[in-house]
Amino acid sequence: MTRPDLSKTSAPAPGAGTPVLEVDDLHVEFRTRSGVVNAVNGVSYTLAAGETLAILGESGSGKSVSAQAIMGILDSPPAVITGGGIFFEGKDLLTQPAEEQRKVRGPGISMIFQDALSSLNPVYSVGFQIGEMFRAHRGTSRKEAKKKAVELMDRVRIPGAAARVDDYPHQFSGGMRQRVMIAMAIALDPRVLIADEPTTALDVTVQAQVMDLLKDLQRDTGMGLVLITHDLGVVNEVADEVAVMYAGKIVERGTVDDVFTDAAHPYTDGLMSSIPQLEAKGGRLTPIVGQPPNLAAIPSGCPFHPRCSRRRIGAEAAPGRDCAADVPPLRLVVPGREAACHYSEEVLGV
Amino acid sequence: MGRYVARRLLLTIPVLIGASFLIFAMVYALPGDPIRALGGDRPLAPAVVAQLRDDYNLDDPLLIQYAKYVGDLLQGDFGTDFRGRAVLDTITQRLPVTIRLTAVAIAFEAVIGIIAGVLAGIRRNGFLDNLVLVSSTVVVSVPILVLAFVSQFVFGLQLGLFPISGISEGWRSFLLPGLVLAAGSLAYVARLTRTSVAENMRADYVRTAKAKGLPHRTVIIRHTLRNSLIPVVTFIGADIGTLMGGAIVTESVFNLPGIGRAVFDAVRQQEGAVVVGIVTLMVFFFIFFNLVVDVLYAVLDPRIRYD
Repeated sequence: MTRPDLSKTSAPAPGAGTPVLEVDDLHVEFRTRSGVVNAVNGVSYTLAAGETLAILGESGSGKSVSAQAIMGILDSPPAVITGGGIFFEGKDLLTQPAEEQRKVRGPGISMIFQDALSSLNPVYSVGFQIGEMFRAHRGTSRKEAKKKAVELMDRVRIPGAAARVDDYPHQFSGGMRQRVMIAMAIALDPRVLIADEPTTALDVTVQAQVMDLLKDLQRDTGMGLVLITHDLGVVNEVADEVAVMYAGKIVERGTVDDVFTDAAHPYTDGLMSSIPQLEAKGGRLTPIVGQPPNLAAIPSGCPFHPRCSRRRIGAEAAPGRDCAADVPPLRLVVPGREAACHYSEEVLGV
Repeated sequence: MGRYVARRLLLTIPVLIGASFLIFAMVYALPGDPIRALGGDRPLAPAVVAQLRDDYNLDDPLLIQYAKYVGDLLQGDFGTDFRGRAVLDTITQRLPVTIRLTAVAIAFEAVIGIIAGVLAGIRRNGFLDNLVLVSSTVVVSVPILVLAFVSQFVFGLQLGLFPISGISEGWRSFLLPGLVLAAGSLAYVARLTRTSVAENMRADYVRTAKAKGLPHRTVIIRHTLRNSLIPVVTFIGADIGTLMGGAIVTESVFNLPGIGRAVFDAVRQQEGAVVVGIVTLMVFFFIFFNLVVDVLYAVLDPRIRYD
């Protein structure tokens, strides 16, 4: 049994650990009867042990689909991974047989979902569902697995764990259910935990408790955390790095402090302006105009250009940097910051 | 749970009273004179007719007749038919035949229906799915009588695989009538299972089961089928009562001496005591199996509580 090297991650600093997860130019499309939907169009990122990467984006930006692709739990058909690689501890999961991929899920990478009530099986006790991890991956006996389940429920701070291990999901509150999900996900000390909007369905005080729990668990185990969310507040509090997704692509990436202080992509800029500010009480929020793109017909050039106030088209544009014609690559703008905009320097004001 | 079951059992009493009265009234309302029919071509002597009419309370008003019937029933007396045979004897003799037939039908319905439905539901729009869809549509559309005669002709006469009449060959005699009796329900079970499995395959908790790295077999059997089969099991349970009623046609066509056949004959001969006794028994089975289903439902789905 390989345990995460705790010595290395006792004081996790952004980017200090070794990369445990590397996503390289991932493409996912949904082949439906009414056409092809391009959900993920070349997403790349790396995650180090002990690091927290937030993936930020609105509904339909491809953030959840890319996570499900990593987990190998896409519904296919209709979803098909059409390109790229997913490297876990240096090995490309996509080229491995299904059985090898399965063995990674749980002890290697695990995932928690937004709606814990529907994500837990209603007809089995929580103890059984947590214990399943040990039974399926380690061949633990049923009795022993239940003991481990109680330990894990204690660890995620469910009060009276021993008494509640035989209870069913519907007998728990929303926050406690999400803790059950977390207990299940961390059961086998995974190197990477993907949390897909873990707090969206919870009320604010419970949100904070769940995020604190995740941070504490991460500190104890040194696992990498991919936090998928559209909640800018959560990102600001817990993440080291942030990747902003739009139309199935990463449009900006950098440390949370940098990105939140000064965005390098007009879309990120728009997101930041849509946060209510305490000091600007009573003022109007600035929404991003227009609708999220239709992934079955992504606009040419920069996918954000129809909604962008800084777009330059035709004669206005610099040669090869026409927002409606030339696709902007994700490029280094300033050290530690990448953005996919032809005019990032102007957005940043450098 | 105990209190719930007790309450439900108590509720069956008024239902049984109401049902038996309705049947009693319908037999009473039938045109024709059952006593006169007994004699065939030669009329019975007036004294004999009077004696029989008196023995069977036939000249009393409906309510009095019914009250006398229930009074006897409460003492365990199901009455006698016009030939002096105890109705209870008819029931105890013929019930095993109907139970066997129903058991065979339920076995067909559950085994074939569930397997077909699961295979269709796991691969939606695949070959098996379409096969199940088409064949279940055909089976549902054809009347049970046609199905019975066609199967008798093909499997019994042409291929000589099964006996087509009577119960002289033990369990083998029940295979063909069991299949015919089950056909409609079988098609329904296959459809129900298919829809339920297909729906559950997309459930969030099945996605979770995959994300946990459980083996494919465990994901399907433990996390998809268990939940999918809850509505199916409850349907099959409730169907036991329905099939016992449906056995009337099947038993007549296949000449099986069960209670369905008995009730069919009794209606033709206006044997009130036999009809009411047997049909009330069928109603009781129906209510009983529905209660079993409701209890089973709470066992299968922990979210259901009857307290």
